[in-house]
Amino acid sequence: MVKDLSVHLCGLKLPNPVIPASGTFGFGLELADSMDLDTLGGICLKGTTATERFGNPTPRIAECREGMINSVGLQNPGIDALVADRVPRLRKVFHNTVIANISGFSIDEYSRCCRMAGECEGIDIVEVNISCPNVHNGGMAFGTDPDSAAKVAAAARKACPSKPVFIKLSPNVTDIVAIARACEDAGADGLTLVNTFLGMRIDIRRRRPVIAAGMGGFSGRAIFPIALRMVYQVRKACRIPIMGCGGVASAEDVVEMMMAGADAVQVGAENIRNPMACPEIVSALPELMETLGISRLEDIVGIIE
Amino acid sequence: MHKLIFTIRENVRIARGSYRMLLSSPVELSLLPGQFVDIALDGLFLRRPISVCDASSGNGTTDITLVYKKVGEGTARMAAMHEGETLELLAPLGNGFDTGACRGRALLVGGGVGCAPLYYLCRQLLSEGKSVCAVFGFNTADEALLTDEFSRLGVEPLVATLDGSMGTKGFVTDVLGKFAPEYDYFYCCGPLPMMKALCPVTVSDGEFSLEERMGCGAGFCYGCSCHTASGTKRICKDGPVFKKEDIIW
Repeated sequence: MVKDLSVHLCGLKLPNPVIPASGTFGFGLELADSMDLDTLGGICLKGTTATERFGNPTPRIAECREGMINSVGLQNPGIDALVADRVPRLRKVFHNTVIANISGFSIDEYSRCCRMAGECEGIDIVEVNISCPNVHNGGMAFGTDPDSAAKVAAAARKACPSKPVFIKLSPNVTDIVAIARACEDAGADGLTLVNTFLGMRIDIRRRRPVIAAGMGGFSGRAIFPIALRMVYQVRKACRIPIMGCGGVASAEDVVEMMMAGADAVQVGAENIRNPMACPEIVSALPELMETLGISRLEDIVGIIE
Repeated sequence: MHKLIFTIRENVRIARGSYRMLLSSPVELSLLPGQFVDIALDGLFLRRPISVCDASSGNGTTDITLVYKKVGEGTARMAAMHEGETLELLAPLGNGFDTGACRGRALLVGGGVGCAPLYYLCRQLLSEGKSVCAVFGFNTADEALLTDEFSRLGVEPLVATLDGSMGTKGFVTDVLGKFAPEYDYFYCCGPLPMMKALCPVTVSDGEFSLEERMGCGAGFCYGCSCHTASGTKRICKDGPVFKKEDIIW
């Protein structure tokens, strides 16, 4: 029996729910020669700021058990280059949903970038990152307090009236539901849950942190149960769509995330260890659905009471 | 970039702490000198980038030689693997050496396991009708590697060891000072302090193969970026080989 893998996000139809997460797939173009990008439900582009950034000093990658820490620090060419160059080039080889990921250091910066992303023809969804642990005075600072999160969500919504605005939340909070509700109340169209966990590794021989910036964002298979729990809690508390993210590494994980309440699923660190992870997951889904007696994937969203 | 399964044909210790692994795959794949492969190892989250020491392909198969030093968990696992076991590789990765930049006489400078990619480069340069002078630096004689293999290509490496147990006592720069070999272009791979020291004493253009802790190895995670004279570059994708004039030490 033919399986229906398609899902919907704010009225947009995706051929399947699998989306590489921001920062783990570059701007898509980097992998265009290595796979058929159109096998992906969508692509979430690397975090972009108002102006070009190099990011943090190296080393900015540290391996962990079942995961990794990154402290890239939002290296990106800036919003102008994103809308004028990266997105148009990606659009020549990719025809499904394109999600821009926007970061900033002030409300004004978020607004400006969201407006430009919203006006860019090739972008379908604007994901606002208020959860980057790798930059100071911005990023996560907006995502760890409900009032600040709401201010960014409202500003982004206003700056980008014509496209769905998702807010990507940090798990480094006591009560993610409070932040999620604040964003929903402020007008967010959807939520991405979750970004990386602030983590650290120490080189015990050199007696110093492995990554130059000291700390960074921990992601990978190890965080899956926590991310899943947060998706589940927020699903129960909010009505807006959720892109579930955190430690997803298999078709089984995608189904589990969707059962917990995700409308679509982002795959992050797994891409770093296996660049073919997303297409492999997509191709494994039909057989898994057959095994589980699922004919329409969308039917399982949030079925866990 | 392809994701391929290779079978281990040989995995032997060739010097103190260093190993040679021969891999083959029933897929034809073109690899260039200076490119690297990224190896998935059971139980480790990230792959291990290892430069290609030699490669050949034809008749539907590819053979790769890796020479690696056991320095951490990943290379320790590699060293414990046996003939017949398989490895999943991403290959080919990175930009290799520009053999066309050398007009007639190349200087190859290698430090420790950094000599590995210079072997394939040497073969390529010789096949292009160029002559090669090789200068290698090791800590001690028992860490020396690939010297016999270079000799068999007709290139007798000039060796420096820190303790004087083989060749000239000191650094590769001491060897260059002592023998003053002629060259119109150089290629270098080794520890960063060695490359840094070499750069100002070279008398021609040339290129260096750099390394950094990598995430994806294929240019999309931006974990290994560096500043160069021609802008921000990713060591894995835009390098690992960079021109002398581009490197900001």
